[in-house]
Amino acid sequence: MRDFSYAQATSRADAIALAALPDTMVLAGGTELLNWTRIGIVEPARIVDITRIPGMEGVKALPNGGVRIGALTKLNDAAQHPLIRASYPVLSEAILKSASAQIRNLATVGGNPLQRVRCPYFRADEPTPCNKRAPGSGCGALHGFNEKHAIFGWTKDCVAVHPADPPVALAVLDADFITEDKNGGRRLAARKFNVLPGEDPTAHSVLHHGELIVGIEIGRPAPKSAYLKIRERESYEYATVSAAVALDLEGDVIRRARIALGSVAMQPWRLEETERRLAGQKLGSPAIEAAVDAGFADARPLSSNTYKIKLARNAALRTIELAARA
Amino acid sequence: MGNLGQPIARADGFVKVTGTARYAGDQNQVGQLYAVLVASTVPAGRVSAIDTRAALAIPGVTRVLVAADMPRIHADLDKITVPPLATRFIPMQSDTIVHEGQPVAIVVSESLEAAEAAATIVRVSYERAAFIVPETAAVVSADPKKGSYSMSNALEFNKGDAPAAIAAAPVKAGAAYTQPSRHANPMEPSATIAAWKGDHLTVYDAVQHLPAVQNVMAAVFGLPATSVRVVSPHTGGGFGAKAFVWPHEILAAMAAKVVRRPVKLVLSRQQMYGMVGPQPQMVHDVRLGAGADGKLLGVSHAATNITGVTEDYVEFGAVPGRTFYACDNIATSQRIRRGNITLPTFMRSPWDGPGSWALGSAMDELARTLNMDPLDLRLINYAETDPESGKPWSSKKLREAYEEGARRFGWRTRVKGGTRDGHWRIGCGMADCSQGQARFHSTARVCLKADGTARIESSFCDIGTGPATIFPQIAAEVLGLDPKQILAVAGDSDLPYSGPTYGSGTTISTGAAVQHAALGVRAKLARLTGWPAEDVTMRDARIMRGNEARTIREVLGEAGVSELTSDGAFDLPGGAFVDMGSSAFPARTFGAIFVEVGVDQELGLLRLRRATGVYSAGRIINPRTARSQMIGGIVWGWGMAAMEASHFEPTLGRWLAKDLAGVALPVNADIPPDIDVGFVDEFDANSGPLGAKGIGELGATGVAAAVGNAVYDAIGLRIRDLPITPEKILAA
Amino acid sequence: MSKHQPTISRRDLMRNSAIAAAGAAVVPVDSAGAAGSTSKQFEALAMVHVEINGVDHQLELPPRVTLLDMLRERLQLTGTKKGCNRGECGACTVLLDGRRVNACLVLAVAAAGRKVTTIEGLSDGPRLHPVQQAFIDHDAFQCGFCTCGQIMSAVGCIAEGHTGSNAEIREWMSGNICRCSAYPQIAAAVEAAAREKA
Repeated sequence: MRDFSYAQATSRADAIALAALPDTMVLAGGTELLNWTRIGIVEPARIVDITRIPGMEGVKALPNGGVRIGALTKLNDAAQHPLIRASYPVLSEAILKSASAQIRNLATVGGNPLQRVRCPYFRADEPTPCNKRAPGSGCGALHGFNEKHAIFGWTKDCVAVHPADPPVALAVLDADFITEDKNGGRRLAARKFNVLPGEDPTAHSVLHHGELIVGIEIGRPAPKSAYLKIRERESYEYATVSAAVALDLEGDVIRRARIALGSVAMQPWRLEETERRLAGQKLGSPAIEAAVDAGFADARPLSSNTYKIKLARNAALRTIELAARA
Repeated sequence: MGNLGQPIARADGFVKVTGTARYAGDQNQVGQLYAVLVASTVPAGRVSAIDTRAALAIPGVTRVLVAADMPRIHADLDKITVPPLATRFIPMQSDTIVHEGQPVAIVVSESLEAAEAAATIVRVSYERAAFIVPETAAVVSADPKKGSYSMSNALEFNKGDAPAAIAAAPVKAGAAYTQPSRHANPMEPSATIAAWKGDHLTVYDAVQHLPAVQNVMAAVFGLPATSVRVVSPHTGGGFGAKAFVWPHEILAAMAAKVVRRPVKLVLSRQQMYGMVGPQPQMVHDVRLGAGADGKLLGVSHAATNITGVTEDYVEFGAVPGRTFYACDNIATSQRIRRGNITLPTFMRSPWDGPGSWALGSAMDELARTLNMDPLDLRLINYAETDPESGKPWSSKKLREAYEEGARRFGWRTRVKGGTRDGHWRIGCGMADCSQGQARFHSTARVCLKADGTARIESSFCDIGTGPATIFPQIAAEVLGLDPKQILAVAGDSDLPYSGPTYGSGTTISTGAAVQHAALGVRAKLARLTGWPAEDVTMRDARIMRGNEARTIREVLGEAGVSELTSDGAFDLPGGAFVDMGSSAFPARTFGAIFVEVGVDQELGLLRLRRATGVYSAGRIINPRTARSQMIGGIVWGWGMAAMEASHFEPTLGRWLAKDLAGVALPVNADIPPDIDVGFVDEFDANSGPLGAKGIGELGATGVAAAVGNAVYDAIGLRIRDLPITPEKILAA
Repeated sequence: MSKHQPTISRRDLMRNSAIAAAGAAVVPVDSAGAAGSTSKQFEALAMVHVEINGVDHQLELPPRVTLLDMLRERLQLTGTKKGCNRGECGACTVLLDGRRVNACLVLAVAAAGRKVTTIEGLSDGPRLHPVQQAFIDHDAFQCGFCTCGQIMSAVGCIAEGHTGSNAEIREWMSGNICRCSAYPQIAAAVEAAAREKA
């Protein structure tokens, strides 16, 4: 770990001013930042610790029926908040299937979507070909080990997937990240927050330097929702594939379905065609399978991950079942 | 028997739950410097230049050592064999690079943080050379001149004419079974603290055999062994990775010598991939021929493993082919593929672990072909004597283990394969567990005090396997004491020589030496009492003959001595360092593992539901620590079956992921509470005086085969390539 | 470097030493980007006050020193182990303000003003904490290297109330890898200790 200097921000304004300094990175949970500095993925000259800023933690009901989660809310606290458990089970489950109990006590909901890819070429202790690590160096995984890599939205410049679970749930809930910087702030759709390589293979998210996520806003409750995470070991591991589903039901008829897949692309992957086709279908009908299949028309496997298409399809189908029973 | 067989709590429990147990990396020396190794980023070639200026500019960094700074290896090291020296290729003696991850420089600093930071900016220039990807290298025979690994068992074995017998057999089964390289990844990364006082070296080290480190260090520096002291009171898991002496240990001692201060070197988790060896990737070609009655007519097991370019490490995975089942026609062979990787090494469970996966799978395929229960197939081919030598086993109660295991598991009444439980399909599988039994020369000293306490001294190390707990039981049994009154002093090479803690050989070897020493003390006490040693027994701190009894205190008090000491030894025929049982009675441990798995075929998921293992492993000294060890072995087998794999990246010539997130090991949620372990009542009178054998490796054998067989039972898919991941299950 | 002076004093003496959220004494080195627009100074060397096992410590540290390395290498509290240094094993689990965290993922300077409990602070002299005793009673370890992290994690797990079933315990204890694989015994020990507490 290279040396850096350190400051604790005492207010949001303070944090925004400090974070805007060149060569400066923000520490919220620290569960990713410390590892990046160890591996040499980043080498900031300054780190600004925002964990002590008051008023950025907690879950609050909004007048429109939704909720706002403060960016510094710890993952465990957000997932176990009664409002989240009752109204957004998909989010609660996605969070609790992330990392470990210890890490979820450090990591924050605002920091979580800023995780970087788990591609071993990116995470190597020594530089390997990786355009996210060293732009222009190529993509080692394209023709290398890519069993766990993308089946949607990849380019020859990057085939990695975004590894975080909560953003998949947030994408299905059409949540927004609320940001602030010295020019004001933005409202960024969770589903488009991470950047596909077609746009920029070197980027992880649309967040600018100096811009902070200060909160997450989620719309109306989605009690009929569920999250499924597939991995070879039962816990404490990244997903091979995950699926988030939120249903609006009238009896056993789907009025509206929202489906997102995780760990299949560089951003949570909404199956829009599937969602369109599911509207009006009866639970358990053969049309559901056909609708899910339609969402995979643009899936493209890499050299070693064809199985992920089948796996993701089956995961989506299963999660529809789970959400209907939620 | 009094103390033997009692499930007493671990002697080192208190220090381990309070954090006061000091492992190598917990040790500190006054004035120590922190060393961090800089590893080669290329797999082959030479170091052409090292620019240390930026690293040296970091405050606190005192030196950056390169090859030219290092002392030359003394000629004495030529006399040390490989193993216990892990590899004769000692880095930083030249500019040659033979694998990625090999140390090329050492940063030495006043603080750990400065050393770590500096290590990242030591600029190493390389002259790259073409490297060999081991998995795709040519298959060749091992060269006996490239280390001694290839000489530890038979490279070729032929009994009868296996190919002809298999060709003529009415029923055939078998295939190629493959398994990836795996790293032991003990939770404690290797660590060495080296301190010189003049020509005397003290090393705190994370090891499985202290005297090996002592002898290697002495040879490296051309010193008598008495000039080197190795201290290792606790080792945080070894599993083979700390069995032999790896170069980083030598480099730490060299660095301390050069900088003239104590040096503390702790490998990072990443360096545990490049600086200690894995269990190598293997291909097994197993062919079985049988009669319609299931009787094996021919067995052929050809194993190939990858190795490094410096020595020929041979993973004798074909051993099960000639030791598990009775057959008149057996052929086994071992071949290797050399490439630019860290030299592979023994890992729990060596030889029989890989081999039992392949053979245990092939036997299940044969049972399916015969439409026969796999347990019945094993009973039909039960090896009453060692199929390899034809000699009687030292002891074997596998039949009882089969019966007990089947009963406890409910094997004969198991649910039909493929039965549904929600989205899960249930499957059951079984396989044989067996491990060759190593025995090592060992010594110990026992000292009995007038107050009725005793002390055991021996240089063994407790790596978690329990010798510090069971050796007091062994001495207590002889001396009629409560094991709590006996302290085992270990983990220091100044103590009497102990054999290693690997090869499942600690109890049978050092345990026997402890018993011998305790008997010696008892004989001395008998002499003082004036009774013939063969007439006495001891109980409740008293020595007894018939109806007469004297307390230890009385006898010693009258004799005017405060304590009695005796040395004991476990000697092998011919003064050998190691053997695999007596020459008249080949020794092995046996058992059967039964598992029930759930397979979610749509999601590619495989989960363990329950397991039963029953073992024939000689006398069990402490059923509590033994049970824990068997559970651990079963979980190791589960990891091998379901998830563990280290991938060598063929274009980069390095391990792809070098951490614990990209390389999955089982976690708590993977292991259900229903892991049932049993032992049959057994006393092996032919392997040693204790009647005991070793169990450390037995538990991890057979499990992967049982799991693969259970997956077949559940979904009718035969997976012959480990691990059994979602990708392979979905292929059904 | 490493010229730390841990001034160890009794907890009650230091109880009211109001420790500023940001480390008090600082060496301002970074005026570069600050441009006077911010109220804060970046520190290259920070004075860290932290309460560990009820004892206040004050150390001068470079900010990159982790809580784990501070405990192990500066304070010789070596019960907290380094198994991976990446948050991938749980061997370094400690309680930070009562919650279990990986000490390798916390900067020491970021723990300033907080209360840290390590394994050394768990037992009351020779009397073991119920979780420690349960680990012995259930033979919930072998090599012992992961054990302190397991025990601290178990203390957190029980305090959180995630002990409703064996399955719940196993899930919530999965952040601690045990390569000796004493998992069923660990789950049983946590179950027993939780029952005792209830």
